[in-house]
Amino acid sequence: MGHFKFVFDRPRVLGSLFLTPAILYVLVLVGVPFLLAVYYAVSAYTIYNPSYRFVGLSNFFQVVQSDIFRRTLLNTFVFTFASQILGLILGKFGALLLLRPFPGRKIVRALIILPWAVPIALATVAWEWMFDSLYSVINWVLIALGLLDQASAPNWLGDPNLAMLCVVIVNAWRFFPFAIVIFLAGITAVPQDVLDAATVDGAGFWRRNYQIIVPIVVVGLIFGTVFTFTDLSIVYLLTMGGPVNATQVLGNLGFQIGIVSGDVSHGAAVSLFMFPVLFVLVILMLRFIRRREI
Amino acid sequence: MRRLVDTAVKEGSFYTAVVFFVVLAAFPFYWMLITAFKTNSDLYDLSNIPFWFSDPPTLEHFCYLFEQTLFARWLLNSLVIGVCVVAITLAAALPAGYTLARLAGRNAEALGIGIFLTYLVPPTLLFLPLSRITTMIGLQNSMWSLVLVYPTFTIPFCTWLLMGFFKAVPREIEEAAIVDGCSLFGSFVKMVLPLSLPAILTIVIFTFTLTLQEFVYALTFISASSQKPITLGVATDLVRGDIYYWGELMAGALIASVPVAIAYNLFLDRFIAGITGGAVK
Repeated sequence: MGHFKFVFDRPRVLGSLFLTPAILYVLVLVGVPFLLAVYYAVSAYTIYNPSYRFVGLSNFFQVVQSDIFRRTLLNTFVFTFASQILGLILGKFGALLLLRPFPGRKIVRALIILPWAVPIALATVAWEWMFDSLYSVINWVLIALGLLDQASAPNWLGDPNLAMLCVVIVNAWRFFPFAIVIFLAGITAVPQDVLDAATVDGAGFWRRNYQIIVPIVVVGLIFGTVFTFTDLSIVYLLTMGGPVNATQVLGNLGFQIGIVSGDVSHGAAVSLFMFPVLFVLVILMLRFIRRREI
Repeated sequence: MRRLVDTAVKEGSFYTAVVFFVVLAAFPFYWMLITAFKTNSDLYDLSNIPFWFSDPPTLEHFCYLFEQTLFARWLLNSLVIGVCVVAITLAAALPAGYTLARLAGRNAEALGIGIFLTYLVPPTLLFLPLSRITTMIGLQNSMWSLVLVYPTFTIPFCTWLLMGFFKAVPREIEEAAIVDGCSLFGSFVKMVLPLSLPAILTIVIFTFTLTLQEFVYALTFISASSQKPITLGVATDLVRGDIYYWGELMAGALIASVPVAIAYNLFLDRFIAGITGGAVK
């Protein structure tokens, strides 16, 4: 009996030993910094004067009162929703195409995955070159087709509305292969026995679709939304938030204030405005993960 | 006859749609490729057709990259960062993923989901405190700050993937090993790990590509050229003032993109199996 217990006890000891490094890493370098970010936002901390003096919510009030910030908040939502919807539409159609077998499907899939696979900073630089004010290949094509003449060729990144369109397009372009993969996984990777079980339980076609496939897709899409909502690379590299803050997003503004200008506390306050949205998305995600386990 | 026309129209529109998607996805990379091999006089002449070479292709941009810039150094930095992060990630995620796959009960499940959710905490929420922390411990402007910070997203991600993979390894294998006199730890090392080599390889490749794709932390922590990883170096250091060296830029972006693109495509199916394996029981 004692021997038996010994064997039973060991998985617990080993289990906690096995889990410690991962949990410790995450606690120390995600948990602590997060709390620190919250504290920066309610203190007067700058890199020139690292004081932890508590200032309450005044940083937040100052931030909210700034026109640039309100513009940024709006931009971030526009940027996120527009690019997610565009990416989703492209993703859904792409997935439908790739579901059907055809010669060369593997190569086609490999090429379509590229925007998601290649580091986005590098792909963005390629897009920047395509949007170049003088040598834009897009303009070259439009002119060659006779749709534009040289004088009226748009300056893609220099016009406020066009610049927003550009960052949305590049982000949707980067996101749609991921959406395709998620849709395909949702449609094809649900184990047949789960579907069969659902059918036996009396689930009709639509219920099977919505209760099993949709959760996988939703979890994937929440990922996409989180990463788009908090991203700064595309905006930083394409437009730097310009022209005149027309494409400024929360991530980039937080970076400009907190890192470039060194005003850590206001930068942290700006970044923390992402938190409510993230929180809601995570709760949504948890609900879907739970539902799937029923 | 009418059916034939219908089929032809259907097939035609199907392949048109496929071509549209391929061009949409791949054109920027084609553009990268052709720009990298064009001479400057060809690049900056609007009267040329831009989709093909008017002058013969050239390697001058690649030569410039390796001779006049820190490109080779950035490649090396990325390699070092990638290898170190892979090692740290494996050391933490292998045991954690295995334990979470084997532990039963609500707590283990909650723990698994908890670790997974930290992957959702974005760099733009953490970069300010982390940049202060790395400065405080003397890693300001050093690529080692990235080695320290990158595992914060690779560990949760890989733990989740590994959890899915380990669930597919039958429990009987360890039980048999334990009956044969192996300790629990021994059975993990001698039986489970060798069986999981394909999964481990997937993790290695994906961790490495994640470190190559990362941009926000690198941008935030590092301003010294000699410490930059390849992605940051190419995107920020080849631009001087307002003058772009498009040939060099595209050549650099191409070299850094190709291995990631190949790795992703080779491992994509396993990667999807891992994500859904961790999710669907």
